[in-house]
Amino acid sequence: MTSPHPFASIFGILIVVLSLAALLIWVERRLLALWQDRYGPNRVGPFGLLQVVADMIKIFTKEDWIPPFANKVVFVIAPAIIMVTVLLSFAVLPIAPGIIVADLNVALLFFLGMSSLGVYSIVLAGWSSGNKYSLLGGLRAAAQMMSYEVFMGMSLMGVVLLAGSFNLTTIVEAQKNLWFVVPQFLGFVLFLIAGVAEARRLPFDLPEAEAELVAGFHSEYSGMKFGMFFVGEYLGVILISSMITVLFLGGWKGPWLPPIAWFLIKMFAFVCFFILLRAALPRLRFDQLMSLGWKVMFPLALANLVATGAIVTAFR
Amino acid sequence: MLSVIRTIWSVFLHTFHRRVTIQYPKQKAYLAPRTRGRIILSRDPDGGERCVACHLCAIACPVDCISLQATEDENERRYPEFFRINFSRCIFCGYCEDACPTYAIQLTPDFEMSEYNRQNLVYEKEDLLIDGPGKYPGYNYWRVSGVRIGGKDKGEAENEAPPVDLHRLTP
Repeated sequence: MTSPHPFASIFGILIVVLSLAALLIWVERRLLALWQDRYGPNRVGPFGLLQVVADMIKIFTKEDWIPPFANKVVFVIAPAIIMVTVLLSFAVLPIAPGIIVADLNVALLFFLGMSSLGVYSIVLAGWSSGNKYSLLGGLRAAAQMMSYEVFMGMSLMGVVLLAGSFNLTTIVEAQKNLWFVVPQFLGFVLFLIAGVAEARRLPFDLPEAEAELVAGFHSEYSGMKFGMFFVGEYLGVILISSMITVLFLGGWKGPWLPPIAWFLIKMFAFVCFFILLRAALPRLRFDQLMSLGWKVMFPLALANLVATGAIVTAFR
Repeated sequence: MLSVIRTIWSVFLHTFHRRVTIQYPKQKAYLAPRTRGRIILSRDPDGGERCVACHLCAIACPVDCISLQATEDENERRYPEFFRINFSRCIFCGYCEDACPTYAIQLTPDFEMSEYNRQNLVYEKEDLLIDGPGKYPGYNYWRVSGVRIGGKDKGEAENEAPPVDLHRLTP
């Protein structure tokens, strides 16, 4: 089952999502500045909006350098992987009725699979750079993936149980009367935390960790290859925010405003929350992240799944 | 866990705080009256150059940004033939002003002296000299010092006693 206008949807979503990701550079800098009592970029264009354009021109005119000690093929492919996997995840995302590229029956599994594949980008980038800091970043990405991926999937199973489907459109329709954030509050919190780790944002930006690892996995990257990691990170933020919206906040559902507006409002609120987290919280050590993931989050997700399953079975 | 939420909340409250940035070109920060900025050479109330080219400023300068050469005019008054300050080196410490025995070199509160060309930051004497006496309006070095110059012999300066005649024996 696909959308009525597949090409319009594909290009529309591509253009909107990519320009949103570029715009997020500006949004993040302005919001961080707001929460640090500064102004941020406000010189280029109205409110500094054209800062994005200036950044793009700068990053496109940088030297595209491949270090001689790097594994060239993998080094070049790695930044593409993160873009491809994140953009493919957007294909199954129901933004509004009819605005979806592929309405898969296993959309949720597809999303989880793609997000797991995205980690390869980081690990391969870290490994192929031939640099100890990059390698440490890649190692941390792998360790981080081990710790959050499991409870991320687990936390979503409660939603699947309640909706009775892996199809995201069906999940949104199932929230007609009550958003899943209410019956699945624990799952919501767990997915939010896992999502921050998935998007490799502070306080879980261990692979990057500019304070200790130079720039982590992308230390050796420059020019648009670095830009692709950057855009990939923002795309990840948008994707996770959209997923939270779809899975827990009723997607496009809402009174008065058109569906797409509701979707964008909810998504943007979570994007802002991601940036607020970055402004507020320090980075965890990776053993702390692993013990948090395995000793706290995983049992909670499991308990949530069992309890939801029991309740759903009891009231069926 | 609670502390994490409290941190997030207190950072969020900064949305409503006043921003501390001063938007510089439009908004100016308060400058103390004695801010040390661009260096000038002042003149005495009669319009003559105060600088006597004693080199003390150049010696006091920790970054060696002052260079000058002394010469004398027809009245045997010392003055700098050239006086050059390299503002790309200057650290605005004010030691030159402290060292100056004639109040000639002074620091002003002006600090906006950016240039696209580094060479333009080397100021010559014409760029440094101002028309007025700067911070010390009434002071004229040649009028109060005991140095003999053309038109003023020893003992003729303000508040100066006539010189002792060494050949007389009376106390």
